[in-house]
Amino acid sequence: MKFAPALFGLLALALWEAAVRFGGVPVYELPGPIAIVRAFLSDPAGLLEALGSTLFVTFAALAAAAVLSVAMAMGMSASKLAQAAIQPWAVALQVTPLPAIAPLIIIWVGDPFVALVVCATIVAFFPLFANTATGLASAPPELHDLFRLYGAGRWRTMALLRLPAALPYFLSGLRISGGLALVGAVVAELVAGSGGFASGLAYRILEASFRLQMPRMFAALVLLALAGIVLNFGLGAAGQAILRRRGLV
Amino acid sequence: MLTVSHAGRRFPSGVEALRDVSLRLVASDFVALLGPSGCGKSTLLRLIAGLDQPDQGSVTWDGGSPAPGDIGYVFQDATLLPWATVEDNVFLPLRLRGLQRNAAMPAVRAVLERVGLQGFEKARPRTLSGGMRMRVSIARALVTQPRILLMDEPFAALDEFTRHRLQADLLAVWRQAGCTVVFVTHSIYEAAFLARRIVLMTPRPGRIDREIGSALTAGPDTRLDPAYAALVAEVSFGMADAVR
Ligand SMILES: Nc1ncnc2c1ncn2[C@@H]1O[C@H](COP(=O)(O)OP(=O)(O)OP(=O)(O)O)[C@@H](O)[C@H]1O
Ligand SMILES: [Mg+2]
Repeated sequence: MKFAPALFGLLALALWEAAVRFGGVPVYELPGPIAIVRAFLSDPAGLLEALGSTLFVTFAALAAAAVLSVAMAMGMSASKLAQAAIQPWAVALQVTPLPAIAPLIIIWVGDPFVALVVCATIVAFFPLFANTATGLASAPPELHDLFRLYGAGRWRTMALLRLPAALPYFLSGLRISGGLALVGAVVAELVAGSGGFASGLAYRILEASFRLQMPRMFAALVLLALAGIVLNFGLGAAGQAILRRRGLV
Repeated sequence: MLTVSHAGRRFPSGVEALRDVSLRLVASDFVALLGPSGCGKSTLLRLIAGLDQPDQGSVTWDGGSPAPGDIGYVFQDATLLPWATVEDNVFLPLRLRGLQRNAAMPAVRAVLERVGLQGFEKARPRTLSGGMRMRVSIARALVTQPRILLMDEPFAALDEFTRHRLQADLLAVWRQAGCTVVFVTHSIYEAAFLARRIVLMTPRPGRIDREIGSALTAGPDTRLDPAYAALVAEVSFGMADAVR
């Protein structure tokens, strides 16, 4: 039972390899898994370096999105005016497709690394922001009454009630935004890559596809998918661990 | 100690929750507010606590307005901080008044012992039963040594065995602490068991219909006492009259 996913995966890989090998599929259309692994092993350093670059952008964007979203959600929960001012812009940001604005950002922001981080931050921002804002307002009104009864001001209520109540919401936002930051980084790299900025995994994918190195392109894709899975489960596990330490699960 | 005089409260929605309510609370009182759902009992408690203002009449304290900590409030749900331990939940009111943890701990420990929670100082709320959570909530309200303890249907969500035990323990705590208790309830039996004064309220807009005094000193056998049965009957008749 426990090995079912692994067995299923191996079976699928074997069928894939067999289909490619005996079905006469040309390698420039669909390479088999063995060819993909070979392509990876022929230049692991280059691909891993590219992955490192993409992940660096991802984590920088996630950190930036976390700081920005918490700051803005706190501002919003502190004042109705700030809420009215911020909310529509946050939604506007959410519905703007990144590929449409990435070229502009890359032109406006001189430094290419910063430009990529800005793009990925825009994509990662909204779930964190929306979740944190919900979390800050999630404590029951009775607890707010209690804080008022004991004379707690806005900041003490923020520090001792709103922020701790928001933590689980923030953590589940972080998990969603982690994957989005990775997607944002890759999309931005794709846009930037055609403009000559070469370092991330997306650029390797573009490059390999231009040169018809399909196995290498697939190797980069697989690497990206694995990174996404590890990121998602890593953030999920870290969040669970924090909640468990706080006695919330 | 506190006088509510001709207080009225109409919400912006147009609902008139209270009309011309007058009530005087003296030291070491135990008052039960009894009335049907929606008659403004919670609204009256919030006026007393200063969490809401009457738009007619007044709420005045003898000797000036109360300091934070003069009022303890217990809600129907325990409303604990789920991320904080039992002792940190009870520490909260003192913390909000600027006390250091070490300085506050003796008081926290003492009040936890009074509500029968020694040994659970480090437990999290989610690992406690409903009755124990309510004990934490009562300890939190008592830790500042309030002059007045407001309780809004605190035992309504508990099973009957737990409720009876908590009622008895509340009376013991009240006799020792000597504060004034205002206890909101739907239950005629609960009001008759606990209170010195039973205040009956009419349906909306809530007014005080009448007040029934009790000479009962509740103990383990009170529920078998004919005097208790007579009081329950008197309150029942009164309530039937007030609701009409
Ligand atoms: N903040 C508010 N805004 C508008 N209406 C309110 C508000 N609070 C209470 N009310 C209304 O005032 C009336 C009295 O409410 P209240 O909560 O005081 O009743 P209650 O006696 O405590 O009822 P219950 O026994 O169900 O708790 C209700 O009709 C309620 O809908
Ligand atoms: Mg109520």
